[in-house]
Amino acid sequence: MNLSYKTQKYMILFGFLTIPLALLGAFSLYPAAALFYFSLTDWDGIGFDQSWVGFANYKEIFTRPDIFAAFKNNLYYFIGGLLQTAVALYFAVVLNGRLKGKYVFRVLLFLPYVLHSVATVIMFKNVYHAEYGSLNIFLGAIGLESWQQLWLGNPHIVNFSLAFISMWKYFGLSMVIFIGALQSIPNDLYEASKIDGAGSWQTFRFITLPSLRKVIELMLVLTLTGALEAFDIPYVMMLGAGGTSTFVIQTVDMAFKFENFGLASAMAVVLLMIVLFFIAIQRKVLFREGK
Amino acid sequence: MLRGTFSIRAIQYLTLLIGVFVVFFPIYSVFVGAFKTKVEFYQSGLGLPNDFFNFENFERVFKVGKLDLGFKNIAIIMVVALTGNVIIGTMVAYALGRFDFKLRTPIMGLYLIAQVIPLVTTQVATFSVIKWLGVYNTLKAPMLLYMGADVLQIVIYLQFIHNIPRDLDESAMIEGASLFRIYRSIIFPLLGPATATLIILKSISIYNDFYVPFLYMPSQKLKVVSTAIFSFVGPNAAQMNVISAGILVIFIPTVIIFLLLQRFIFAGVTNGAVK
Repeated sequence: MNLSYKTQKYMILFGFLTIPLALLGAFSLYPAAALFYFSLTDWDGIGFDQSWVGFANYKEIFTRPDIFAAFKNNLYYFIGGLLQTAVALYFAVVLNGRLKGKYVFRVLLFLPYVLHSVATVIMFKNVYHAEYGSLNIFLGAIGLESWQQLWLGNPHIVNFSLAFISMWKYFGLSMVIFIGALQSIPNDLYEASKIDGAGSWQTFRFITLPSLRKVIELMLVLTLTGALEAFDIPYVMMLGAGGTSTFVIQTVDMAFKFENFGLASAMAVVLLMIVLFFIAIQRKVLFREGK
Repeated sequence: MLRGTFSIRAIQYLTLLIGVFVVFFPIYSVFVGAFKTKVEFYQSGLGLPNDFFNFENFERVFKVGKLDLGFKNIAIIMVVALTGNVIIGTMVAYALGRFDFKLRTPIMGLYLIAQVIPLVTTQVATFSVIKWLGVYNTLKAPMLLYMGADVLQIVIYLQFIHNIPRDLDESAMIEGASLFRIYRSIIFPLLGPATATLIILKSISIYNDFYVPFLYMPSQKLKVVSTAIFSFVGPNAAQMNVISAGILVIFIPTVIIFLLLQRFIFAGVTNGAVK
């Protein structure tokens, strides 16, 4: 057992990297590549019959208005995400100050993030129920009957109701990330601004915000890609029915319900491209900043 | 001046309390609902239940909703996937963090590329890999999918490895330890704190995941917690008291983990985002 360290090094490299790289290839890289290939065929996902159809699937996506229309519903999650980022930033600034009980508040507000996602959506089914839902009961009890709504039944409201669930669940996460970033701002900056006689709004505007720029940008891109990939909430709550279908729900249905893997793959590729486009923009912005 | 800061404080506390109210209102309503009988549920609104020892709903949701099966399956998946994930993550980090070799940068690059590809979009193609491996509709499908290391995990491990002094490796070599032994007896144990954080975060995300079990394990016998409660709710939408009990039970494990180990969770989340 006295192999030279050089031999050992190659044994370790080979032994330690083969399986991880195989997993990476099989479940991340190959699927991405295969997706492109499938998108150019009319495969139904079951048999071996697949014939080459060129860009026909892409043509279908861009000419069928119903496919692209689903992105309209993704927009609600994006708006919700923006609002969530703003609220999270506010609470982060408040909880970063000298405030009694701030650790307790941080724990309480973060709690939704660790709650089970499907159970959370079902919990909101309970909240939004038109007749027995706790939200309408509460509004009735405090004399706001006129505010009672068909939270899930009204097509003008339902997507806001669903996007709110996402805000409810993730704002604590954004808040904690912001708190982490706030704590890394050096204290002397604040002291210097105090000496210069800056008020709290000025301090926020000219010290806090610029220092958080990178994190805010990152959050915006995460909000955007998260909104584009919205799936769980509308699917668990409504199965995508009642005008709540998002692009990913349509893609999944196209593949597994209508057994049109070719078209579904093309839809996935389109989504992938859009997501990559936004990530590239973010990287580029950050890179420019870095210089 | 003093009055100004006082009223700002008051507004801050007020908004915090509103936030806490918004967070706890839905939780409160399932909490009280879980202990009510059916009639009581529809009559008493947001009031407290008559009897906090009414566990009938909990019994029902376990029996009819197959939650026991769900907990069993997700526990098996988590143990295997997390064990594999920790071994794989530390191995990759040891190989990339301690040795110089030509493929080092390209391998890091591959992990970075993989991270940028959103998983939801590629499932259509992943599905064909899972079928080809013959693990479709078995517990092995989610195990394999959760097992691989991701770039965030590798970055966190690499940071830790760079902080482990190389002197430790060298003195072990002088005593004739093999490289594998150095990994096993020095590197792996010293990565402990990072491993703890990663295990906690990954447990929560595996426990919460709906997409993977839903797509790859349609069998009734392979229900995990997410898919069990999903299919229980479908046809039973009327029994909100029983469903509330189910929701409460499903919430408990992660809440306990969070309350006990919040330090690790906050550290992990912040670390992940800032990098």
